[in-house]
This record gives sequence, C-alpha cells and structure tokens, in this order.
Amino acid sequence: MKQFIAFIKKEFRHIMRDNRTLLIILGMPVVEILLFGFAINMEVQDIRVAFYDPTPDAFTTGITERVKQNSYFTYRGDMHSMDDMEESMRKGELDLAVVFQQNFQENLVHSGEAAIQLLSNSSDPNRGSIAVTYATAIIAGFQQEQTELMQIPFQIQAENRMIYNPLMKSSYMFVPGIMGLVLMIICTIMTSVSIVREKERGTMEVLLASPLKQGTMIFAKTIPYMVISFIDFVIILLLSYFILGVPVNGSLLLLFLVAILYITLTLSYGLTVSTLVDKQVNAVIFSAITAMIPVLMLSGMIFPVDNMPQALQAFSAIVPARWFIEAVRKVMIQGLGITMIWKEVLIMFGMTLFLLGVTIAKTKKRLE
Amino acid sequence: MIEVKDLYKSYAKGKVNALNGITFSVEDGEVFGVIGPDGAGKSSLFRILASLLLPDSGVAVMNGHDVVKDYRKVRQIIGYMPGRFSLYQDLSVEENLTFFATLFNTSIEENYHLIKDIYQQIEPFKKRRAGALSGGMKQKLALSCALIHKPEILILDEPTTGVDPVSRKEFWDMLGRLKEQGITILVSTAYMDEASRCDRIALIREGEFIASDTPQGIIDSYSGILWSVEGDRMSAMLTALRDHSAVKTSFAFGDKIHIAVADGLQAGELKQYLAKKEFSDVRIAPIKPTVEDCFMALTNE
Repeated sequence: MKQFIAFIKKEFRHIMRDNRTLLIILGMPVVEILLFGFAINMEVQDIRVAFYDPTPDAFTTGITERVKQNSYFTYRGDMHSMDDMEESMRKGELDLAVVFQQNFQENLVHSGEAAIQLLSNSSDPNRGSIAVTYATAIIAGFQQEQTELMQIPFQIQAENRMIYNPLMKSSYMFVPGIMGLVLMIICTIMTSVSIVREKERGTMEVLLASPLKQGTMIFAKTIPYMVISFIDFVIILLLSYFILGVPVNGSLLLLFLVAILYITLTLSYGLTVSTLVDKQVNAVIFSAITAMIPVLMLSGMIFPVDNMPQALQAFSAIVPARWFIEAVRKVMIQGLGITMIWKEVLIMFGMTLFLLGVTIAKTKKRLE
Repeated sequence: MIEVKDLYKSYAKGKVNALNGITFSVEDGEVFGVIGPDGAGKSSLFRILASLLLPDSGVAVMNGHDVVKDYRKVRQIIGYMPGRFSLYQDLSVEENLTFFATLFNTSIEENYHLIKDIYQQIEPFKKRRAGALSGGMKQKLALSCALIHKPEILILDEPTTGVDPVSRKEFWDMLGRLKEQGITILVSTAYMDEASRCDRIALIREGEFIASDTPQGIIDSYSGILWSVEGDRMSAMLTALRDHSAVKTSFAFGDKIHIAVADGLQAGELKQYLAKKEFSDVRIAPIKPTVEDCFMALTNE
C-alpha cells in the first residue's frame, strides 16, 4: 500500500512539473468547448426564406414585411402552394418557409388565436434551428406590438416543423462529443506515454529489478489520470451548462457514473497501447490514430452515426466513444434513466474487461 | 554467493550471440569485476543476473535463488544499477531516494548508515532535480538508490562510465567500504585500470570469459616480454613498430606504446631500427604488464 501511494505521488509530481502537459490537460477542455461552442457554431446569416399565404391580409403582410426587412433573412419569393414550397425546400433553395393559416386575420380577431407554421430545413440542423429562433422572435415582437395597439389579448401560435432531421440529432451533440474526445486523449495518450516513457528512459529497468509488482505499478499509473480526467469532465460540464446553456436533464449521479466507466475504459486502452509500443512517439501516434480519429469521425460527435454507410456504422460499434456519447446524450440531454442506457453501459463494461485482460496478458515481468 | 553456469543468450532469433557459455562464481563479500570492451556482453550478463532477461540456457543462482524461477525473491535481495542513468530526472535527489526506499518497503532513516558515506556528499543538493546533477553526483545518487534497501548483492553495470577520474576513484573507495559491510558486489567496467580495485576479475570478449582470476593472477600469467616505447610522431611509430618482425603486438597506451617482443630482441637494436626510420628521441624501457596488456595479449591469441 505504501508502495502504491508513493508511486501515485511520484506520478503526480511528473505531471505537475511538466508545464506543457499540465497546460494540455487543463486547457484542452476549455479550448475545445469554446471552439465548438462559439467559433464553429457561427452566427447564421442570409437565411433564405419564402412565404405561403393563402389569404393575405393586414396581419400576414405585417409579419411578412418584418421578416423581409430583417437583415438575417433573404427573401426568396412567395409560394403558391404547399407542394411548391416543399419542392424548393427539397432542392435546398430554402432554409425556412413561413406558412400562414387560412383566414389568418379573421381567426385572430374572432377566436383570438391564429397559427403560423415555420418549416425549417434541418439537414443543417444548426442553421435550421437558428432560422426558426429568429423567425419566432420576429413573430413574438409583432404580436406584442399588436396586443398593445389593439388592447385585445390574442395569440399567434408559431408551430415549428423541422423536416429532414426531425429529432435534431446533432444539436447538443458536440458537448458529449467533446467529453468523449478529451477523456480519450487524456486517458489513452497520457497513460500510454507515461508508461512508455519509463521504458524509454530506462527507469522501467530499475522498477522491474525491484520487488514492486507489475499490477501495483500499472494500477498506480492510472490513478492520477483518472483524477485529472474527472476534473476535466467536471470542467466541461460546468462550461457547457453555464456558458453554452446545455441542460443536464437527467441524473447527475448517473452521468458521473457513466463518465467514470468511460474513463476506466479509456485508461485500460491506454494501458493496452503501452504494452504494444516501446517509444513515446509511437505511443502518441498509435493512440492518435486508433483513439482520436475514430472519436472525431465515427463516434457521432461530428457526423451522426445514423447517416453513415452501413459498413462504417458497424465499425463505429467498436469505437468506445460512440457508446459513451450516446449514453451521455441520453442522460444529459434527453434526461433518461439507467434503464435506457444499460446497453451502452454493458458494452463499455465489456470493452473495459477485454482491454484489461489484454493488458494483463501482455504485461512483461522482464525487459523482453 | 553468485553461481553462474553455462549461460547462453542470443538476440534477434539467434542471429546475434551475446553470451556464449559463461560460468563463474562469486563468493560472499567479494568484489568481482567483469572487464571488457563495449558490446562484449557485460550488460546482457548483468541483466540476466538481475532477473530482467531470460537466458536461452544455463543457470544463475543469486544467494540460493534462481533468477528465472525465484525472480521475485531475487529482486528483493539485489541492488541493481543499470548502465545508463535511470532515475527520475524531474524528481529531486531526495524524492528519488525516498521513492526507491518506499519501493523496497523501507525508509531513508532505516538504512541511512548504509548510504551515509555516499549520500552525505550529495545531501547539500537534495532539493535539486536529479537531471541537473553532474555525472559524478548522478552516479552517487544512483548508488544510494540501489543501496537504500540493504541489498545482499549489488549489481553495478558500468557505474563509472562517463564519470570524471576523481569521482571514479571516490566511487571505488565507496565500493571498498560496502564490501567491508559484507555486500557481494558484481561490477562491470570498460576501464582496465579499475581492475586492480576488484578482488577477482573476469575478462570478457564476444560473450566469453577469456580469463578469470585475481588481478595479480591475471598479470602474473602474462608470459611475454613487455616494453614501453616513447617518442615523437607516435602514430607513425606505431605503424613502424608493427612492421618489425620481432614485435609481436603493439598498441597505444596513453601517450606511450606498449609492445610485446620476441625473446632475444635488444632495446638498442630496436632503437637503431627506429632511428633509421627517422624517429628521434626514442625512449624504450621494459615494464610490468597491466591488466590491459593481458587483455590485449589474450585477444590476440
């Protein structure tokens, strides 16, 4: 036990004294969140909009004019039927279509209620959702003005319909994605490098010639990175919640448990990598190719898994981050409980056991 | 006691033979030196004895513990210092020592008496990072770390390589004191002049012991006549000497040339021969052989 603690202490010292590593470990989640949250999630402009107004009247014209005048929108003409509109939307000529109810003004004056349908092209979900938000805001402004003017309470119901990607699957996707990526990088690359460094610098030789058991060493190696990854996870969670406004709809405890399972899994992968290579640079390249790129490309972080070709979908099943991202999305965004993520949890648990098994089998008691 | 019998080791699937049947034994409390050039197999031998490599065949027993079967036990009783500096450069002197003490389930205080001599010299720098120490101090720290758990057998792989002459002398003085405490010491070196500090030495070449005896015994076994030659233009002279039929071997030895000559050759004759080749101010003197002379002679056989 003393050996174990001494080893952990030593490991923390290595990390604390290496400013570059420290900067990467603590700076990476912040940079990634800000990058994905602001730089990549750019402001949407030139939203191409068209209107379908079967019975034009003062109200519909008022709303139409306001949208046309708004600098974010580019007017693309009036449509004469729903079919026309769907056709041009399918061709990708429109981002947003505003459809007024028949006899809009009449309904509004008589029943105090009228409906507008906002159809957004969500094949680019980000653009689609922002277009809807802008349009809703304009309608709400118009409604408020009219209410004050006419002294009668009435309501315009803006009904959103997102077509081509109705569930908006990739919105909020990047936060779980960044969690998956950052934890993978820290756990896999840092752990494998820290073990391989001992081999490269010759300290492994001294450790091997001591009574220290291999298991103690490997276990002790993982503890500091487990702590650091958990801190990173909390940083990402706080940044997402307070700066990006991503909700935590499900159980926070369950979210933490999922994170710990994933951290253990990626640490195990780092250990596996360390048994396969002998040079630090190889450890980095190997981890980057086998861990980072699949996380970026195949985990659903950037490209939704459902949109991938069958072969890649099948391949993505062995990417640990895919299951983590799915589980986090379910718990964090959709607010689901353990019963809905048992599959992801079991898969990650199985992967962990497999990788630990490989590590144990591959760990050497000697130099060769 | 170290007992080694018929140790063979090869690398690259048998293509490179590192050890070709090594047999020797070291008594308790003895300083045994393995002396030979780089690539002779010293490190392979020591790593096998430290249970870090598996021999292809043969047996090595350290104080009754087989290095293959009882490797855990072996690792408890040995102190091993690898050929290159293998401590944590980003940890301080004190942190390194504390870490290795804990690794062996002991503490600096418990065995301070063992390392006192050595550690006192680097204690003023105990807050300094190991990477910032000089070569000599690094070796002292490495030795302290190898000693902190009171090992029964100390295995030192080229401990003085890259260390200045003063620190080298100090290092051997320390080994002498450790020997007095009953620690068996196995040490390798490429410096032949360090051989006399050992109780017994083995000369190793291409994975084989070509001689094994006390340093004096090795020297006494030298049968030839040895002269030293001094003068100007030494490298040209070396070539000239090698051309002489009565000179058996000749090699540069510091600023002199050592030659083994055939019976009956007179110093005057050789001087004349060199004078003809326009070497002036030549001094020739018979000398007693050193271990290096023996090594060269054995190598040429």
